[in-house]
Amino acid sequence: MSKPSSPIDFGAYPDARGHFGEFGGRFVSETLISALDELREMYERLKNDPEFQAAFDYDLAHYVGRPSPLYLAERLTEAAGGARIWLKREDLNHTGAHKVNNTVGQALLAKHSGKSRVIAETGAGQHGVATATVAARLGLKCAVYMGAEDVKRQSPNVYRMKLLGAEVIPVESGSKTLKDAMNEAMRDWVTNVDDTFYIIGTVAGPHPYPQLVRDFNSIIGREARRQSLEQFGQLPDALVACVGGGSNAIGLFHPFLADESVKMYGVEAGGDGVETGRHAAPLNDGVPGVLHGNRTYLMEDEDGQIIETHSVSAGLDYPGVGPEHAWLRDIGRVEYVAANDDEALAAFRQLTRTEGILPALESSHAVAYALKLAATMRPDQNIVVNLSGRGDKDIFTVAAIDGIEV
Amino acid sequence: MTTLNNRIDRRFAKLRSEGRKALVTYIVAGDGGLENTVDLMHQLVANGSDLIELGVPFSDPMAEGPVIQKGHERALEHKASLRKCLALIEEFRTKDAETPVILMGYANPIEKMGAEVFADALQAAGGDGALTVDLPAEEAVPLNELLRARDLRNIFLLTPTTSDERIAEITELASGFVYYVSLKGVTGAGHLDLDSVHENLTRIRRFTDLPLCVGFGIKDGASAKAVSADGDGAVVGSVLVSAVGESADAAAAKDRVGAIVGEMRSALDS
Repeated sequence: MSKPSSPIDFGAYPDARGHFGEFGGRFVSETLISALDELREMYERLKNDPEFQAAFDYDLAHYVGRPSPLYLAERLTEAAGGARIWLKREDLNHTGAHKVNNTVGQALLAKHSGKSRVIAETGAGQHGVATATVAARLGLKCAVYMGAEDVKRQSPNVYRMKLLGAEVIPVESGSKTLKDAMNEAMRDWVTNVDDTFYIIGTVAGPHPYPQLVRDFNSIIGREARRQSLEQFGQLPDALVACVGGGSNAIGLFHPFLADESVKMYGVEAGGDGVETGRHAAPLNDGVPGVLHGNRTYLMEDEDGQIIETHSVSAGLDYPGVGPEHAWLRDIGRVEYVAANDDEALAAFRQLTRTEGILPALESSHAVAYALKLAATMRPDQNIVVNLSGRGDKDIFTVAAIDGIEV
Repeated sequence: MTTLNNRIDRRFAKLRSEGRKALVTYIVAGDGGLENTVDLMHQLVANGSDLIELGVPFSDPMAEGPVIQKGHERALEHKASLRKCLALIEEFRTKDAETPVILMGYANPIEKMGAEVFADALQAAGGDGALTVDLPAEEAVPLNELLRARDLRNIFLLTPTTSDERIAEITELASGFVYYVSLKGVTGAGHLDLDSVHENLTRIRRFTDLPLCVGFGIKDGASAKAVSADGDGAVVGSVLVSAVGESADAAAAKDRVGAIVGEMRSALDS
């Protein structure tokens, strides 16, 4: 890991072929290329179109409920005993997580494309719910692929999607989790490309998905930057966000990348502990490889087969990570750390009890690391933590760990 | 320009001189047991296969339909891997010096092994080429050069939606033969649209003299014969993988695969 010698123009990435340094790209069968070309051309055309941007901003304000607050967590700060901890409240968005920023944006693209059906993959169900939501609003048919294991583990979200009018398709192949749901959604897309728009839920997948999902989520960092200046008169000293695929983290980080004084920490799922091998932390303990259309860090075995991951949080339970994170890791701009299951659960309880905010188990990983980090910093310093989602969906998981039937 | 240092080139030259169509057969290495794969490969040849595509099992075979996905899963249960696929080719070569064998798979196992190590090992094992499904032209250049330098062929997919501009780009890199995917979708899907096949093969022919083989959606002798009318051959995969999967044991798999390939061979030669 070496620091770049000259300032990097972060806005210039990815390049025309979707690369972030050696990562990213478009590693898909030829059968998908024309669909990706079509999407890329449409996005290039619309991303700087004032009318499209105005429609996106309108939806974020009036449908999602933005801007989300930047909240000073005073009692949590006191408990950590160091830097002030500010929470970027993405949990207050419509549908309860940052995921909707992206689905609102991609739904507008779907509408422009004239296609009548949207599909999505989902792990914990948050992205599936966010997709079913925008599909209901636009009157589009919606199918959500979900690993059969996850369908069992996340039944409230499955029902929510059905109420919204989506068809939930359990995926029985492979490990029956998020990665297999993504494979299956790709297979659907290639078969039904004439009438179907694929709404990917994270900053992974083939170009241009990592770019457009990042762009739609960058509203998080743009607001946080402005709110930091307004509310504490300077840029934050550190940003902390959890990283599964990495869409909430890149959304917070990206508008700050050129601000050299701002340190950034991406928190992966340490599961039972990175040293045990039972985790979902490819940036901590993986190697570069090719999966789901991009080159990135992966968890794999000695033959290059993708291996199963472990995390208490279904939303972080993914063996890859967005290619821009892989690049930001290698150039040393962002530090990627891990929080274990037990640390995340402790942070879940602590935030709930000290602030009356029930965080998603995903976001609890970021809170866990922020607590440790704050303790090493001065009281006049500021940390912004992305509270990417609310924890209502997770109460069953936590109750089960406590041995309680809800 | 075909140099005849490669078995694929020699095989297509021979077929052309005889006025026959190629029958390209796909099975997944290790499906039905690693110890039975080489025997099954010889069975394919004995019943009229001209070229073997040996599927390299991958945990996430994104372009495959359910039948071939299950084949990959079964093969992984038998601990098949890219390394073992190379060993299978080597074993096959002890009894068959001339039938071309290509490895069809996904990029990650090759990335893991290292592209140069892979190219060397493929050559040493007696393999003839590779088809890497998720390595489209723009990402394929490094591997392509490594294969070319060793007289190994790199097979690319073309589809009904591939633009003329891309066909030009891809056929520039392609060698051995070109694999035309006859329909939108995954392996084993849907029904053939023969008019579209005719139209697209005519379009592709303007860009290349390489043999054109047609795959996806070919289920029997009649469909194999129909698609290869305008091209140089047919590729059959899902029906063979399905036969292996449904067979109770290795002997039954061998019989069923032999019967399917034999029927297709007769249809193509009729």
